[in-house]
Amino acid sequence: MTLTWDMQDAKSTDDRDVVLEVKDLRVHYATPLGDVIACNGISFKVYEGETVGLVGESGCGKTTTAMGVLRLVQPPGRIVEGEVLLDGVDVLSLNEEELRRVRWNQISLIPQGAMNSLNPVMRVKDQIGDAIQTHESRAREAVKERILELLNLVGLPARVYNMYPHELSGGMKQRVCIAMAIALNPSLVIADEFTSALDVIVQRVVAQTMLDVKDRLGMSMILIGHDMGLQAQLVDRIAVMYAGNIVEIAPVEDIFEESLHPYTQLLIESIPSIKERKPLKVTEGLTHDLRNPPPGCIFQFRCPYVMEHCREVEPPLRELKPLHEVACHLFEEQDGKIVDISDESVV
Amino acid sequence: MRGLTPGYLIRRLGMFVLTVWLGATLIFIIPRLAPSDPVAAMVSRLLAQSGSVEGSAEMIEAWRARFGLDAPPLIQYLRYMRNMLTFNLGYSLTSFPSEVEDMVVRALPWTLGVLSIATVVSFVLGNTVGALLAWRRTPGLVRTLLPLSFTFTAIPFFMLGILLIYIFAFGLDWFPVSGAYGRALTHNWNWEFVKSVIHHGTLPALSIVVTSMGFWGLGMRGMMITTDGEDYMILAQAKGLHPRRIFWLYGVRNALLPQFTALALNLGLIAGGSVLVEYIFAYPGMGYLLYQGIVNTDYTLIQGIVFIMIMGTALGVLMIDLLYPFIDPRITYETR
Repeated sequence: MTLTWDMQDAKSTDDRDVVLEVKDLRVHYATPLGDVIACNGISFKVYEGETVGLVGESGCGKTTTAMGVLRLVQPPGRIVEGEVLLDGVDVLSLNEEELRRVRWNQISLIPQGAMNSLNPVMRVKDQIGDAIQTHESRAREAVKERILELLNLVGLPARVYNMYPHELSGGMKQRVCIAMAIALNPSLVIADEFTSALDVIVQRVVAQTMLDVKDRLGMSMILIGHDMGLQAQLVDRIAVMYAGNIVEIAPVEDIFEESLHPYTQLLIESIPSIKERKPLKVTEGLTHDLRNPPPGCIFQFRCPYVMEHCREVEPPLRELKPLHEVACHLFEEQDGKIVDISDESVV
Repeated sequence: MRGLTPGYLIRRLGMFVLTVWLGATLIFIIPRLAPSDPVAAMVSRLLAQSGSVEGSAEMIEAWRARFGLDAPPLIQYLRYMRNMLTFNLGYSLTSFPSEVEDMVVRALPWTLGVLSIATVVSFVLGNTVGALLAWRRTPGLVRTLLPLSFTFTAIPFFMLGILLIYIFAFGLDWFPVSGAYGRALTHNWNWEFVKSVIHHGTLPALSIVVTSMGFWGLGMRGMMITTDGEDYMILAQAKGLHPRRIFWLYGVRNALLPQFTALALNLGLIAGGSVLVEYIFAYPGMGYLLYQGIVNTDYTLIQGIVFIMIMGTALGVLMIDLLYPFIDPRITYETR
């Protein structure tokens, strides 16, 4: 694992600053039958101004990873080890008060369930207001001005200021959450499936709002979701997760045009096309018991190209070309080209 | 007036009047279905006391006429309703010529004082303890000790009352055994008198607080655990709010809503007094009065007290219905 990171540093060190660096994050959920490994040594970086997509099927650990980064893993879950360097400071080693100050100032969250993420008995102004006033001492008038500005930024009318959450539609609530998340200009915003509770029309509108806001403010983002189409429009790089591991991470064009990992390919094939009628591809086999992963590759039970080697040795996440990392035995780098070793063809 | 419309107010008040009317009608009908005749019962009691009463038959007739029991039922009912409307609760049957109204007016303040203070204290304490029990940040030691305060819930309050009298009144002599104020004092509101009232009211109130706290606490604990799992609690944490603010404004504020409904019903019952507590402490409130009424088969007294209880409950529910839009913004009586 260390080797991988050294390679990346050597090859593709960007001019851009690293906003977030997650190193070997492990989150376990305690169950009576042993720990479920929801996050099995996740490592990735988010650069300044960049949006990283985190995709994968339900239960693969996307949200757990996000909650780990925010240090908000709820019991029975716990962060076992790892480092979460936010602007160079390890969030996991801060004390309660330091952590409280970092939250929302530097890292904010657009939650998964916008429907229930607003306190039902507080007005919108008070809920955005308390996030601002906890961290900054501003005059009441200045706070009001800021909230109205934020509402305007996400395309909400000013009357929302005085409203209660139940008076808003789902899309409006989600936009209030977006406004709240950017209230303090954090360096990183984590959006956890922020459109999943909305219908497609509203999804589009909210996604558009998100794009506008992102362009204007230029903050870094982690966008969690399983909607590959939405990801394609919104993110710069995609990290594909499977069973608590990142199996491939690459710029978004690479993922769609020359994805390497068999799981990523399956994910992309599963996107329905309106141009052609194709049979739905279903992978056989189930994900292994997350309580005790098998030796070797975690995808071996569902992989169509599984080899003997895959059942014995765990494939490390390797950078096969600049910014494109994959954890799979199928590929080797030969003379600057990626070769599929099963049939010796150049990818 | 958020959520309250004149239309709703009128409908709700109509409902209140209907409830009280139905209740009053029931307490008119039920005693008349009973086979015993209160006047005959009274005369036979007199007979038993003095051996013989001259002209007892005429006496019964005279009294029936005096109490209006010779009129046809409909006339009796109309008279009864008129009396109830004007709060004319009639004469007590056993302590004639005292009027029920005067007896109730004398007893009601004691009951309202002790019971409403005890209920409010119990509500505040119980809910705070319950919320702290469910709160993850509560220190472990506190969380181990707090449930002890609920063990008293298992003891009936009259048992606890006896225990309190035994320990604090007889044993330690800290508090008086009975009554509402010192015998030597006259009924006027100077400091001496107030002190005596507080001194006398402490034990009865304490027995109610300690035993009813668990009811609020356990309910609150359950509600708080549910609330703690809500998405807005996680977002509040992510916002980096002070834990105290999250606890009170996000947690308790939401978990408390169902508790208010229960409180309203409880407040309604206060007017009826707590019979056993007042009996044990010989506290001259409504409960004690009701006890005496039942023991002496004083129908008019019982009827008057029950009517006050019906009024109290109906008022409590009316109050909470009108207050609810202010407590929970999601509730509105506006029709859109």
